[in-house]
Amino acid sequence: MIKTFKKGGVHPPENKISRNAALEQLVPEGIIQIFISQHIGAPAECIVAKGDKVKVGQLIAKANGFVSANVHSSVSGTVLGIENVADYQGIKKPAICIQVEGDEWDENIDRSPEINRDLSKTSEEILAKITEAGLVGLGGATFPTHVKLSIPKGKTAKAIIINGAECEPYLTSDHRVMLEKGEELLIGVQLLKKVVNVDKAYIGIETNKQDAIDNLKKLAANYSGIEIVSLKPKYPQGGEKQLIKSITGLEVPDRALPIETGCIVSNICTTLAVYEAVQKNKPLFENSVTITGKNLNVQKNFIVRVGTPLTQLINAIGGMPENTGKVISGGPMMGRAINNLNAPTLKGSGAVLFITKEESKRGTKSNCIRCSKCVAACPIGLLPFLLYKLAERNMLEDLKENSVHACIECGCCLYTCPANLPLVDYIRLGKTRAMKLIVKQK
Amino acid sequence: MDSTILTTVIMLGLLAATLAVILYIVAQKFKVVEDERIGETESILPGANCGGCGYTGCRAFAEALVKADDISAMFCPVGGNTTMTKIAEYLDKLVETKDSEIAVVRCLGSCENRPRVNEFDGAASCAVMAATYSGDTDCSYGCLGKGDCVSVCNFGAIRINSETLLPEVDEDKCTACGACVKSCPKLIIELRKKGPKSRRIYVSCINKDKGAVARKVCKTACIGCAACRKACAFESIEIENFLAYIDPNKCRLCRKCVEVCPTGSIVELNFPPRKPKVEPQEPKANVVNTETVTN
Repeated sequence: MIKTFKKGGVHPPENKISRNAALEQLVPEGIIQIFISQHIGAPAECIVAKGDKVKVGQLIAKANGFVSANVHSSVSGTVLGIENVADYQGIKKPAICIQVEGDEWDENIDRSPEINRDLSKTSEEILAKITEAGLVGLGGATFPTHVKLSIPKGKTAKAIIINGAECEPYLTSDHRVMLEKGEELLIGVQLLKKVVNVDKAYIGIETNKQDAIDNLKKLAANYSGIEIVSLKPKYPQGGEKQLIKSITGLEVPDRALPIETGCIVSNICTTLAVYEAVQKNKPLFENSVTITGKNLNVQKNFIVRVGTPLTQLINAIGGMPENTGKVISGGPMMGRAINNLNAPTLKGSGAVLFITKEESKRGTKSNCIRCSKCVAACPIGLLPFLLYKLAERNMLEDLKENSVHACIECGCCLYTCPANLPLVDYIRLGKTRAMKLIVKQK
Repeated sequence: MDSTILTTVIMLGLLAATLAVILYIVAQKFKVVEDERIGETESILPGANCGGCGYTGCRAFAEALVKADDISAMFCPVGGNTTMTKIAEYLDKLVETKDSEIAVVRCLGSCENRPRVNEFDGAASCAVMAATYSGDTDCSYGCLGKGDCVSVCNFGAIRINSETLLPEVDEDKCTACGACVKSCPKLIIELRKKGPKSRRIYVSCINKDKGAVARKVCKTACIGCAACRKACAFESIEIENFLAYIDPNKCRLCRKCVEVCPTGSIVELNFPPRKPKVEPQEPKANVVNTETVTN
């Protein structure tokens, strides 16, 4: 049975043109820059100094507090120092700069191609390994994984949900991982189940990736308690709340965490990283990145080391196509335009998308005609047209009353709006401001 | 027939009389005694309801003025010293006179000085733009030019110059209410002492990057070279994070710093033209700005 969520959602063209490109390693050259804050929470504390020699997988910045994550070197070479480096959006943040010299890995990392099926580790050991490896959610939010897996007191988890929906158009890196690293993924799922002490796991996959569903179904026969769920292709199927609703039928209450429903949602790449961290001792220093665009001659799915300059990724596909109007980090719906092409990649970078000049521009803005298409499209059940106006006028109390905090910024409203109003721009701004007000009032 | 009319008139008359009595009693019982000075004070205030005093409007400010024992910290920037002295006389309280202030835009990054490197296609708002990314130039500190300051100004005192794409303050209209200062997400606008004959000197840049970095992205950026600090005889210039700041209270308007600034990021306003012998040293960008702003 194909499952889905009912409320809202849109059907943008899929454009998964890079779906057949197998994963490829991309080894960086020259100088790489690794941000010390690649996650939600406190920035990590740098523990290397200028002139230090580092190996691939060596700890270079230590987690600072519980809600924080370790950062490891993704290359071997010499540390050039800590500098303020501009990120994708041109905002400067401290980063550790390393001159690449060879590709020497830390001895503890198991680089053999054999799959380690040993599941004898206790849940504490697994969690310790995950914390040590600096794992963060690779779906985009980069929330430290060990925090997510530490269930608050008084709550119990009932199931793990693995998010293989990959509902954003263009993106295919999760798809490739499911096809090429299926078994590793399933072992990762078993490890996650053990950490949170549940015996049921679901992997939700949209039916536009039928080959991945078949592959995982075949493999899952050897593992107990893993169910592959076919999901209807619909955006935002991979939203945490939407996925829980689709698979279990449970609704995450307003202002509550998904654990209220007993579900813990993890991304495909994160689950693979769990396998690698626990079974192969490999910290999180690389991630699969889709490089795609209608105007590219080659479509690629790279495994990219964290901190690789974007220019190297662009060179690897033969340079930037001439009629590129916009480069986006992430998918076209939620991704953000990149204005600094010299920026290094992050742990959470999942895709680099090239948009042609003709498609990059927004339509001309006109007036709201109250057609309520945005209301119908909102998967949360908010009133985007109202929130937009309230945010524009900075009416924070009213924004709060109208549950602006629940907005997941999925962009469905903007996608459907016939008047091309910058709905998400303002709602995001209003949300940030209203959240500050809510925190203040507490 | 007659009696019907008569009865009606009497009935209505009685009813009216009873209701009048009730209304009178209620009015007496729930009478709100309002200090009549509030109304008077409000009439002295300019009535712009701009919020520059920190209260929601002139009425709220008048109430606060009447209630407070010490009003020396309260100030109406629109009315200025004249209004505050009148209020002080009326309320028989003490006020402190303040130097009149004006908003100054501390950025000279016109299209010519600071090239645009990308195009922002989102909502036309500085707040949205600032929350999205560093801006359409390589300077992550400078003016975004979407005019949030223009839309909040109640006095029409600020407008975006279509050539430079930078906001300009109209000296005659600006009341120093501070609305633009609050609206600017990059904190570029500052309220500064207006100065004698409106003459003032300030560093028109807030770029805190190292000199080389700042200069690369904008021709008129402050590079923190400290030439102005050396030239200043009154110790009014401080440099922090590669950025100079002129303390308006210490500045004696000698204009030495303007002459030595290598990038022309120090602006002088409303001064008479220099004597010819000093003229050649004056930075080019400055001349342009002085003219445009005073217009």
